[in-house]
Amino acid sequence: MTATATAREGVFASDPDSRPGPLVVSGLTVSYGRAPALIGVDLAIAPGSMTAIVGPNGAGKSTLLKAVIGVAPVVAGDIRVFGETLARVRDRVAYVPQRASVDWDFPARVIDVVTMGLYRELGPFGFVRRRHREAAMAHLDRVGMADFAQRQIGQLSGGQQQRVFLARALAQKADLYLLDEPLAGVDAATERAVVAVLHGLRAEGACIVAVHHDLATLRDYFDHVALINRRLVAQGPTAETLTAENLQRTYGGLLAGTQIGRIEIAYAARER
Amino acid sequence: MDAFLAALTLRAGYNAALVAIGAGLLGFAAGLVGNFLFLRKRSLVGDAIAHATLPGVALAFLVMVALGGDGRNLAGLLAGSAATAGIGLLAVDWIARRTRLTEDAAIGAVLSAFFGFGVVLMTVIQTLPRGRQAGLESFLLGSTAGMLYLDALIIAGGGALCVSLALLLRRPMTMVSFDPGYAQSRGIDLRAIDLAMMGLVMAVTVVGLKLVGLVLIVALLIIPPAAARFWTDRSERMLWIAGAIGAASGYVGAALSASAPDLPTGPVIVLLCFALFCVSLLLAPERGLLATALRRRAYARALARRDGLLALASRRNLSQTARRVLLADGLIGANGAATPSGVREAALAARDERRWELARTLRDADPAIAAHDGVSPVEKALTADMIAEIDRRLAEG
Repeated sequence: MTATATAREGVFASDPDSRPGPLVVSGLTVSYGRAPALIGVDLAIAPGSMTAIVGPNGAGKSTLLKAVIGVAPVVAGDIRVFGETLARVRDRVAYVPQRASVDWDFPARVIDVVTMGLYRELGPFGFVRRRHREAAMAHLDRVGMADFAQRQIGQLSGGQQQRVFLARALAQKADLYLLDEPLAGVDAATERAVVAVLHGLRAEGACIVAVHHDLATLRDYFDHVALINRRLVAQGPTAETLTAENLQRTYGGLLAGTQIGRIEIAYAARER
Repeated sequence: MDAFLAALTLRAGYNAALVAIGAGLLGFAAGLVGNFLFLRKRSLVGDAIAHATLPGVALAFLVMVALGGDGRNLAGLLAGSAATAGIGLLAVDWIARRTRLTEDAAIGAVLSAFFGFGVVLMTVIQTLPRGRQAGLESFLLGSTAGMLYLDALIIAGGGALCVSLALLLRRPMTMVSFDPGYAQSRGIDLRAIDLAMMGLVMAVTVVGLKLVGLVLIVALLIIPPAAARFWTDRSERMLWIAGAIGAASGYVGAALSASAPDLPTGPVIVLLCFALFCVSLLLAPERGLLATALRRRAYARALARRDGLLALASRRNLSQTARRVLLADGLIGANGAATPSGVREAALAARDERRWELARTLRDADPAIAAHDGVSPVEKALTADMIAEIDRRLAEG
């Protein structure tokens, strides 16, 4: 964990003894035109970890993920994925956008969406064959949605849509998963199912980075956390990083002191 | 009528046959390309591109005349139209990306400016000695009259090329239409695909200019996918249906127009296309109005059946509708008593109702529970892990 703690000084990125980290961001500034969405963010994600990106609305959490996959306009800074530029390791990175970012009335069945995750195998021109369908079904099964394969995606509930997006990412068999609010507005059963799949991926050696908004479940689900509000406020193992002081610095006046106090009491009670 | 049948069966002469085939291919290409435009929700860009062809046609004519030609060479006119359409397309793209204006505003501005410029040039051409016989007006509404063999060949070949390119790019275009962010994360170049899509729209427009005319070509891009959407919920099927609707309208429309040369070809093709749209709207099995009405009736019946089964299970009195439905389904006898299958079904319905009732008490529940239609069994609406949880709680009492 010392590696993570010293990452801000850039030691982790350049340490010759360690394998290149799954994701190392240094001095990242992103701007969509006016005020920058992210300013000088340094971030090092530990191998095999599950990291929550936490911060208030408009803090640049989604932008951070988008910058990593090369969609957000990067003004300055460097992003290394497994020690390489993104273009060279693109297929090892799976991205799950926010559910609300697409039109669910699009003419597609559940299985069609998951099949999109097989883009590397299919290529731009190939035809979908039986083995592709079987692979897609296996991934759907993992998120508990195999019975819904033939359903039109517009008929799904929000939680079911989230599971379909996760299955599409699974189809990629990636080593680094970037998820934008995978637990926002989903039902309790979906939350359990998604977390179980993510923990399973971590156990298999993959690295998970997810934007998360629920401070109450943070410690249960994530072993690492990065607090950001345009700038990086703090990062490291959840237990050490999620302090009242750091939260106050992240949220400022947006998170009332009593709320932080309540979360602290809840954690303290659980630890006892 | 005989002339129409002859044209339809390709017996109205070699040129007419080639024109009909070319129009069919063009319609097919327009359906395919329009399908992606529709899914990307950018149908109106096609209209801007179409209107931006007019100054190109006029300029190409003027240039060819100035160079000593007769100015009516189709390939030359189409090249000119492609040039200004390309400029118009880039202008829309640039305005939408570089300024804070939305794309519809950019489309409106570019469309009217280019079309206005085209009309001015056409007026100038009318005053030239050669201008009157140039027949450039036919580019507004389309015409098959006086089409040369080479012209028909250009249309057929161009249509075939557009079809192949659209099919080749179908997967990246579909992915970009559904989820641009994800498509980019897989290494698909969003800008390149969008430009390719618009390039295809431009190609279809240019190829269809002589036949359908620039005013109505956009209809051939928009109506087939809109009609196809009624038939299916799957994008790859929609692609072929849109292509087929476009091809049928183009082929039959060109044949009709060839047998009645006074009729402008564009409106005939578009009206046929619209007729197919109306048929789809009414009769398509997936989303058509008739199918929707039938589904509503089936739903009402299913509600009555469910109500009846629950009444059987709890030995309540059956409503009149429920009695009629259960009798028709053989679940009760003429005396009103449940048949063996009625007893079985009633027990199943009662168990399902208990599951739903419990499901509604769950905290942070899947919205699918609140949205339950009162008929579907839990297995059809909820995931297996959730049903297991419900059953566990039911067993706990």
